[in-house]
Amino acid sequence: MIEIKELHKSYSIGKSTLNVLKGINFNVAEGEMVAIMGSSGSGKSTLLNILGMLDVANKGTYTLDGKVIKDLDETKAAIYRNKFLGFVFQSFNLISYKTALENVMLPLYYQKISRKERQKSAQKNLEDVGLGPWASHHPNELSGGQKQRVAIARALVSKPKVLLADEPTGALDSKTSYELMDLLQKINHAGKTLLIVTHELDIANMCKRIVHLRDGIIVEDKKVSQIKANQYVE
Amino acid sequence: MASLWRIKKSAKSKQISMWSRDRWQEMFYTLQKNKLRTSLSGFSVALGIFIFVVLFGFGNGLKNSFEQFFVDDSTNSIWLYPGQTEKPYRGYKAKRRIIFKNDDLTDIKQNFSFFIDYITPRISRGTLVKYEMESNNYTTRAVAPGHQFAEKTIVTSGRYINERDIKEKTKYATIGRLVEKDLFGNKPALGKNINVGGISFKVIGVFKDSGGDNEERLIYIPYTTRQQIEKSNDRVDQIMVAFKPELGYAGAMAFEKKLNTFMRKKHNIAPSDSGGIYIRNVANEFRQTQNIGSVLQYVVLFIGIGTLLAGIIGISNIMVFVVKERTKELGIRKAIGATPKSIVGMILQESVFITAIAGYAGLVAGIGTLALIGDSLEDYFISNPYIDTNEAIGATVILVVFGAIAGYIPAQRAAKIKPIIALRDG
Repeated sequence: MIEIKELHKSYSIGKSTLNVLKGINFNVAEGEMVAIMGSSGSGKSTLLNILGMLDVANKGTYTLDGKVIKDLDETKAAIYRNKFLGFVFQSFNLISYKTALENVMLPLYYQKISRKERQKSAQKNLEDVGLGPWASHHPNELSGGQKQRVAIARALVSKPKVLLADEPTGALDSKTSYELMDLLQKINHAGKTLLIVTHELDIANMCKRIVHLRDGIIVEDKKVSQIKANQYVE
Repeated sequence: MASLWRIKKSAKSKQISMWSRDRWQEMFYTLQKNKLRTSLSGFSVALGIFIFVVLFGFGNGLKNSFEQFFVDDSTNSIWLYPGQTEKPYRGYKAKRRIIFKNDDLTDIKQNFSFFIDYITPRISRGTLVKYEMESNNYTTRAVAPGHQFAEKTIVTSGRYINERDIKEKTKYATIGRLVEKDLFGNKPALGKNINVGGISFKVIGVFKDSGGDNEERLIYIPYTTRQQIEKSNDRVDQIMVAFKPELGYAGAMAFEKKLNTFMRKKHNIAPSDSGGIYIRNVANEFRQTQNIGSVLQYVVLFIGIGTLLAGIIGISNIMVFVVKERTKELGIRKAIGATPKSIVGMILQESVFITAIAGYAGLVAGIGTLALIGDSLEDYFISNPYIDTNEAIGATVILVVFGAIAGYIPAQRAAKIKPIIALRDG
């Protein structure tokens, strides 16, 4: 599903250059649930932004579903994002003046789907994340966990191929974080490919695979089952 | 997999049309959900147009007041008034009173026929006028037919004094609308006889005059009749000469000079004597007033442009603020699939809609206010303040267009910003 080769990303800060990604190589197969781990400044969010077409790499190739993502203009990138990618952010990024239902309906508006259809699909997605009764509530009337569920429903409503989550549990307490990860696991079991950026090991352990980044390079890429087996052996 | 990339070809078809019902619904919803922002933007636009309309209207009202000074008089007339000489001349002593007579009229007519449209004397007398049991004091003006044009008298029934009346010295009178109202009530005066200072005059016409009530309380009679009543003399109080309009301002000034010289010579007044005859050239006064009017026009234009500029700057500020405030929202929309074009389109549509509706409201409120004010500010030299519909609509369109431009620039910038930066900044 995703293929990354020799990906480089740097930022200019004044006269100096900050190399954030220094040649990343990795693949994600369809249906995988991958955690990208690393300490602050390791480049994990930058990598996710490039995968989500929210940012562009300086060098290297990125292939999504067999297509090389290169020289995309803003319009094409927006359409691809809408159709093939779903985003979940740490700070939820819901539109405050819209209700939960309307927030979830929004991606479908950009697909020119009728209002009736949008409402129907959004309601179903909210029910899938357990927020059916909260559809008419505004974000400020919802808890952190509920807001993130709305964000997940919004990310899934356009039936994307890949769900990208940047620290989805970062603003939640432990209990709510696990509940949310349970939900993401269920989504993955239903066949969705998930990439989750996190710095919390217990959250990463709930994924199928962990890619560890340090200073812009992958230092470890292992299946969780393998890690757990090694721990057992040790 | 192939289907995944088919979207590339249909990218254009995914743009949401400006006329899409959905887009309008989304816009109305956004405006409704952000009432404070919407009402503040709208209020500033409406206020801008309102102030523009009212100020422009006041400016026009001021101009109207100046123009009204001449509304009841023709502007191609020269009035000659007899006075006292100040210097002795050709054996005549100083302080000699000059008297105009009928031969002055004849001489002017003969010598200046090339310049003259018509000429009329005027003899004014205050007289008690009676009809049956009603009576009142009025001013009678004994004139020639040309006086009608000099005073822009509008005859509403019957006729004005004519040449035959002058020749036959008829006892006919053309009375003002208010004289008829005072003496006859609601009955028509035409054909009835009134007693003018003890002499019976037949009412042959009724007139109105835009010069106001005083002008409509006058009675016009033939000047020859007045002379006959006053012991058959041939004196006249004043002479009004209407020059041909094609002479223009310079021609009128030259004619005035020639006329002055001629009359002074005829009445043996020293050329250097500032007394004797006084001349009032309406063309000159009109010209001066026109100059003031032009200055006023520039002032009005300046106020108008200033108000519009203030409005445009106000809208631009608000639009920049609105877009800035929505940066995060725009970033979210971009992250979930909004194209730059749809972002720009959304902001533009909202700003044009708000400015158009609010501009129209301001326009209606401004025109309504001017209508309500009407002539109530006449004491302050503002008569009938108004704004030309085209000017008002033009100003509103300018404001809407600049509102759109003001919205377009920050919207374009917001549409270009990377969603990840917008999300981070928000």
